[in-house]
Amino acid sequence: MADVLVVGELKNGELKKISKELTSAGRKIADAIGGKVHTVLITDNVDAFAGDLKAVGADAVIGANLGEFSPEGYANGIFAIIQEKKPAVVLMPHSAQGKEYSARVAIKANAGIVADAVGLSVDGGKVVAKKPIYSGKAYANFKVSSEIQMFTVRANSQEVTPKDGAGAVEKSGASAGEVRTKSISKDLSGGNKVQLADASIIVSGGRGIKGPENWPIIQDLADTLGAALGASRATVDAGWISHSHQVGQTGKTVSPNCYIACGISGAIQHLAGMGSSKYIVAINKDGDAPIFKVATYGVVADLFEVVPALTSEFKKVLG
Amino acid sequence: MKIVVLVKQVPDTETNIKVGEKSINEAGVKWIISPYDEFAIEEGIRIREKSGGEVIAVSLGPDRAVEALRTAYAMGVDRAIHVKVDDYVTFDSTYTSELLANLIKAENADVVIGGRQSIDTDSSQVVVQIAERLNVPHVAMALKLEFDGKKVTATREIEGGTEVVETSAPLAVTAQKGLNEPRYPSLKGIMSAKKKPVDVKKPEELGATGSKLEVVSLEPPPPRIAGRKLEAADAQGFASQLVKALREEAKVI
Repeated sequence: MADVLVVGELKNGELKKISKELTSAGRKIADAIGGKVHTVLITDNVDAFAGDLKAVGADAVIGANLGEFSPEGYANGIFAIIQEKKPAVVLMPHSAQGKEYSARVAIKANAGIVADAVGLSVDGGKVVAKKPIYSGKAYANFKVSSEIQMFTVRANSQEVTPKDGAGAVEKSGASAGEVRTKSISKDLSGGNKVQLADASIIVSGGRGIKGPENWPIIQDLADTLGAALGASRATVDAGWISHSHQVGQTGKTVSPNCYIACGISGAIQHLAGMGSSKYIVAINKDGDAPIFKVATYGVVADLFEVVPALTSEFKKVLG
Repeated sequence: MKIVVLVKQVPDTETNIKVGEKSINEAGVKWIISPYDEFAIEEGIRIREKSGGEVIAVSLGPDRAVEALRTAYAMGVDRAIHVKVDDYVTFDSTYTSELLANLIKAENADVVIGGRQSIDTDSSQVVVQIAERLNVPHVAMALKLEFDGKKVTATREIEGGTEVVETSAPLAVTAQKGLNEPRYPSLKGIMSAKKKPVDVKKPEELGATGSKLEVVSLEPPPPRIAGRKLEAADAQGFASQLVKALREEAKVI
């Protein structure tokens, strides 16, 4: 059989959108190569999510109770399921967690892996994965020549298409096994309300916001849109905001549907992190700023006037 | 303590990239050490300064990769090894990690440190794959690293915050921005780096089983949706146009 195994992700007990994106992408691949789609979720409560995944094409939804996240434990558990299901293709999220366990899973399964794919198609029974390289200045297409073809896939890069799968629920007995890196404590206080990596809308501030006291103007718009708050390197280096908000070469790479850049000039290192956003809005007083070269909608004006007006306008239409 | 730091040479972000059929045109490309690998080199040197031992810089790539090793020498590493391969197999993380893991196994290193990702492929795979191949634990996205004999306490970045973890050497680490402030090579360091030996290893000496990826093609980035500057008399005008564009035209909000 030429099955596809998808690894989904939960966050605070809720299904992340990437789980549906990957299941949907897995469905298209499975239809092309003639197989089933198994979506794995690391949870002891798989029944709660089976319906959502079945609706986007999962034939089987597998719950694996691997406990708290650890890259080794997840890799051990996911590899055990791969051994049992023998898929031809494995899709994993290119999330903070996915990047870590996928590397171990690939070695355990003796598989080639393409990480951070943004496009998946099938040619001659093999998956062709497209990924940006050199900071998005080129795109490469790869085939994986090993028996199992593995891919990590960027959030927001795959369409979610409704399609009924069989949706059978299975509970896997796979275990985390030996984990040699022990979590002692976590501090989640400095982070975003909405995570940058998988946000579908991001509102970012740059040097043009003039000082840390002005973040509320940007945050208000982000909150109104349910968006994540991003920042340019200049604001992070100036100490106006923590590094966890930084978008760009030495920050996070993001691909939201909509990226609203406020007071960001658009240095090449910033464009490297957000250039693959679907729609880009740039609000900047300097009409010659490089950000306007990539912006879908450019607003040459004072952000201190336009951003609050935009927030109140959105509040009106979004209720 | 024996520390291996992994150094990858990548095109400078500001460099213009010309796409060929299966590789880029290297003419005019400016090559630098991938920025996150600079944190790895610095951390390796700091561990040696504290605990003693040896720092070995390893770079996998074509002939020009030696320049990256000279820079590592100038920063203060003790030894340099060049794994000489054609650059474009380095797209294949499993091939790269196999060569490097075999080399590190032979060196019997206590710690392997690399950047959290290289800025040419952004795959975040090689260092953790090496950990798996060596059957050792790893710490990814390290912001702080402390050794107490074999015991290692690390702070690392996780989604939405930080985490403190405990593990033990031998281990692999990926460096995140914030781990340290890389030093500039001194003039004296640069001068003496020119004369230092670079050990060259070929893939056949390291027993790799071959590539698992096929580069089908390279292509320029997809064209962006054509952009336009909005025209309005005031902030309110811009706001209502933007809301309309994003909701009715782009349909993203």
